[in-house]
This record gives sequence, C-alpha cells and structure tokens, in this order.
Amino acid sequence: MSQFFVRRLILLLPVLLGITFITFSLARLIPGDPCFAILGEKATPEQCQAFRERQGLNDPIPVQFTHYLGNILEGNFGKSLKDSRLVTDIMLERLPMTLEVTAGAMLFSTTFGILLGLISAVRRNSAVDVITMMGANVGVSMPVFWLGLVLAYVFALTLKGTPLWIPPSGRLSSGLTLAPLAQTYHLENLQGPALALVTFFSNMVTFNALVSGRGDVLRDALWHLILPCVAVGTIPLSIIARMTRSSLLEVLGLDYIRTARAKGLLERTVIFKHAMSNAMLPIVTVIGLSFGGLMSGAVLTETVFALPGVGTQLISAILSRDYSVVQAFTVVIALMFVLVNLLVDFSYAFLDPRIRLQ
Amino acid sequence: MSATPQTPTVLTVEPLLQAAPRTPLQNVLRRLVRHRSAQVGMVILGFLILVAVFAPVLAPYDPVKVLKDVKTRLPPCIHLLGCPADQPEHFFGIDGNRRDLLSRIIYGSRLSLEIGVATVSFAIVVGAALGAVAGYAGGWVDNVIMRLMDVLLAFPSLLLSIAIVAVLGPGLINALLAIAFVSIPVYARIVRASVLQVKEQDFVAASRALGASALGILVTHVLPNALTPLIVQGTLGIASAILDAAALSFLGLGAPPPTPEWGLMLGEERNSVFNAPHLVFLPGIAIMLTVLAFNLIGDGLRDALDPRLSQSGAKQH
Repeated sequence: MSQFFVRRLILLLPVLLGITFITFSLARLIPGDPCFAILGEKATPEQCQAFRERQGLNDPIPVQFTHYLGNILEGNFGKSLKDSRLVTDIMLERLPMTLEVTAGAMLFSTTFGILLGLISAVRRNSAVDVITMMGANVGVSMPVFWLGLVLAYVFALTLKGTPLWIPPSGRLSSGLTLAPLAQTYHLENLQGPALALVTFFSNMVTFNALVSGRGDVLRDALWHLILPCVAVGTIPLSIIARMTRSSLLEVLGLDYIRTARAKGLLERTVIFKHAMSNAMLPIVTVIGLSFGGLMSGAVLTETVFALPGVGTQLISAILSRDYSVVQAFTVVIALMFVLVNLLVDFSYAFLDPRIRLQ
Repeated sequence: MSATPQTPTVLTVEPLLQAAPRTPLQNVLRRLVRHRSAQVGMVILGFLILVAVFAPVLAPYDPVKVLKDVKTRLPPCIHLLGCPADQPEHFFGIDGNRRDLLSRIIYGSRLSLEIGVATVSFAIVVGAALGAVAGYAGGWVDNVIMRLMDVLLAFPSLLLSIAIVAVLGPGLINALLAIAFVSIPVYARIVRASVLQVKEQDFVAASRALGASALGILVTHVLPNALTPLIVQGTLGIASAILDAAALSFLGLGAPPPTPEWGLMLGEERNSVFNAPHLVFLPGIAIMLTVLAFNLIGDGLRDALDPRLSQSGAKQH
C-alpha cells in the first residue's frame, strides 16, 4: 500500500511543476512593464533598469522560474503592487475566510447530498425520488451568485423580524470582536512559520472563537456562514445527490444484495453495511472533484455576501493589475485542489481493499 | 382414371409487414425524443431559440437604449394584471440605467446561445486536434500533451478562466477565449481515448497499408468513434460555458456595459436585490432555464447514446 501512496506522490510532481510554470507564465504574459506598474509612469529608464536587476527580471527565464519556485517553497510570494504589503500576509488574512466557507459548504453538500441520494435510491420512482432529482437538475443549473442573492433576499429581507432571519453580509455582527490567538495565548514572541500558522488559524474566526472559549462569537460567526455555505454548497449537493442515487442503484441491483435480502437481513443493514460501502467510491470521487467548484463558488459568493476572503481580494487584484496577488492566489488554490484530489485518491485505498492489495 | 396435370397449389404467404430496421441514428433519436427529461429540455431550448431568432420582433425596445420619462428600477408593470394605465407598460420593469429589462433579457438569449456554441466549438476543434495528435503519435508527444492537459485540469476551471482574463484584460472576447481554453482538456481526453481504442485495430492497419494518410484515418475512422461522447460532453459543456461567462460578467471581467448579458445584468444590480428584486431574479431565472435545458438534453443524449441500451434495442429486432 505504501507503494500506492509513493507512486501517487511521484505522479503529482510534474503536475505541481506544471501548475507553478503556468502561474509563472501568466504573470509574465500580462501586458505592460511591471516597472511602471510599481514605480509609476514617471520612472526613469535608469530606475527601471535598477528595478529589473533587483527583481531578477533581466535573468534568463529558466533562472527566473527557479527563483520563483524557490520563493514559493519558502512561502514568499513577493509584495502587492497596490499597497506594497507582503502577499503572504494578505493570503493569511483572506484564505481562512474562504476555507471556512468552503469547508462549511462541503459539509452541507456532502451530508445532505448523500442523504437525499440515498432516499431517492431506496424509494426509487416515488414522489420523493422524482422531486429530489428534479431539484437536483435545477440545483445544478443555478448560478451560485444568483442563488446567494436570492437567499439574501428571502432570509434577510422577507423573513426579517422572524426567528428565521439570517444576516446577509459580513463576518460578524457589529460590536463583536475577537482577539488574535497570539494575544489570547501570549504568543507575541513567535516568528517565522510558527507565527504564520498562528495568524492563519487566528483569522479563521470559527476556530479562533472555539479555542478562545468565545461561544457568543462562535455562534454569531456560524450564523453569518449559513447563507454563503448553503449558496456555495447547493450545486455540489445536487451533483452528489445524483451520483449517490445512481451509484447506489447500480449496487442495489447486484446479486450479493439479493442474497443479503434473501438471508433476511434488515433493509438498513443491507443498505448501510453492504451497499453503501461499495457505492462510496464514485461518490467520494465526485466529492473530491466538487472541491474545485466549491472554491470557485466561494470566490463568487464572497462578493455577494461581502466576506473578506480570497474572492473579493482576487477580483480587486485583477481589476488593479496587481499580478503578484493574482499569481499567488491562483497557485495556492490550484495546489489545494491538487492536494484534495490526492486525498481522494488515497481514500480509495481505504474504501476498496482491492486497491490496497494491488 | 387419367392423370390430369394439376396446377400445384402454391400457398403464398404475404410477407408480414416488416418495418425496415431502424438505423442506429433513428434509434438514438427515438430514445432521445421519448426521454422525459430531454423532452422538457428540448421544449425550453426550442422556446429559447425562437426568442433569440425573433428578438428584434419580440423585444419592445432597443436593449441598450436609455428610456426617457421613466424612473430607474421601476417594478414590472402589466396593465392586464392591474398596473395603472397611466404608468408605462414594461413587463419586466426598468433597470438602474433606465433600460427595458424584458428587451435586455430577450437579446441576452442570443448572446448566451452564441457564447455557449462558440466556446464549445472552439474547445472541441482544438481539443480534438490535440487529442488526435496525442493518441495517434503516442510516445513523448502523447506524454507532453496529456501532462499539459492534466495540469490545466488541476486548476478549478472558473479560477483559471479568471486568471487568464487577468492576463488578457476584461472583455467579452477575452472571457470567451479563457472559458474555451479551460475546456480544451476534456475534449482532448475524449478524442485521445477514441484514438487509442481504434488505432490498433485491423481495419486501421489495412487502411494504412492501402496508403491512407494519418489525417484520413483520423477523419474516417477515429472521429466517428469519438462523436458520441463529444456530442454529450459538448451539450453539457454549453451549459457550463454559459454559467462561466455569466460568472465572469457578474464579476466585471466579461461583457462590458451596456451589453445585454445576463450575468452582467446581475452584477450591475446586485446591490439592488432588496429594493428592486426583479432586476436580480429575472436574469437569474433566464440563466437557470437556459442551463437547465442544455443539462437535460445532455442527460437525455447520454442515455440515448448508451451502448447498453442500443444493444438491448437491437435485440428487439
């Protein structure tokens, strides 16, 4: 089995190299001189020459790429052209928000997608099945940003004044604050990767509130996450529900299920113990593949709910031609996507003993 | 008794009325037309095509014309449904720039269909070419092309489109190029799989021995094999291209104002969702119905073209 893991990791290397090369190339393809973008239109030729020497832009492309690769491995993504802040700091601020929305959406879509798909398969051709599958077809066809706006209208305006009201924007209600973890746990002397890690988790409001014992902030943060997570998770929910139904129906038609039923096993034992374990492989694949869609959905939905995540930062960076931010966020998101797909590949070995024994 | 020659009685049996056996294409079309979801999809798509074709006739106003004597963000006004007669009739209301929303949505159907068909056509042509070269050439050529496709597939498609638009600059053509580029790997893989399936077969070797060129073999033998999955994936690809284009326009990276693009309409009016919800709901419903139509037809095509169904169908004859 370790051979399986090692082989998968080795196969990943050219893909990782390709991702970094594409993001490197994208930045170099942006029209215009980066010197004028950073130093301003009035920069002199001498200043630009000195700038290019400092940034290594006069080096051959393979040398520039090697430096770029080395910087990525060190977590150094350069500075934002817009406000000269370290891109790493911007990422540590913004990424946790997006990951919270993505994780929440994944939990929502996986839980309810598998549940609905299971009910549809077990009660095939019933009203529940027909309605669920019609809903899934409609769900897959909805633009996520439109769904976010519709949910905001329904839960923030139509249901205002009722217990079902949910706030339509922002991370926390006004008046609620949360201290950074470094301050709460007196870790101000931390530096380097340790500080980066603490900052990252500090900016993950739900995690921070949980470990800081701030139940009020945790409840408020989760409350503000409901609408974005439901909006982002609806499309993957529909896909997972359809896949669960078709995968389970395929398995339920097999001979060994007929045998299990003939033996007199309870239907829930047949489904949960015998059928679902074999039906899970394609479902897990779809869950893994939907991660990319969840990230994209999170990027879009943040602009709807005014959440301070990757999405709002990325769009702002594109419109202001801040290519170092665009480059950094693109490579990090792609790397996360690849990592999730790798975890999905690894999960096959646990779900299917035949793969383990190969 | 004299033996008289008897005319042998010939019992002629009228051949049973046998319908000519259906061609595979007829079988597929029959299954598609009987597929319930595909029926819904085809009705919606048919309606959409009619709206797009007859847009200049159906739209009451020019989609980009700023109307005078109307307030911004007026709600829908239909006199038959009780809207006062002194108010100007606008079935879908007026947007924030004092343009008729119904006209913009009607013309938007043209743009959406053009976007979907154009991006998928480009992606299929380029993807098929790359897949065919990769599969037929094999060796390092196959490896290089397919590893490049793997890398492109490693990115979430919308995010890669956003990154490409960041390079090319916002605009409708750049957005379409980005979406098409990102879709290429899917079609490359489909065609490559078909090439690999077919290229080692005897009839291909025979064609080669008879002097057929590689291009001739690809066109005559390989591409017909790849047609089925290409058609299914292409139909589903149109749906996702329309969604991606709407997303890019929503973010301000696609069609520029005052183009009547549904995603752009949503993006421009996103802050009006509470005071003028019709400006958000209606373009979104239009996007959803269009994408739903292509998804349902794609699902129907996939079922209709399923070889397992075609085998069972053949047995009935």
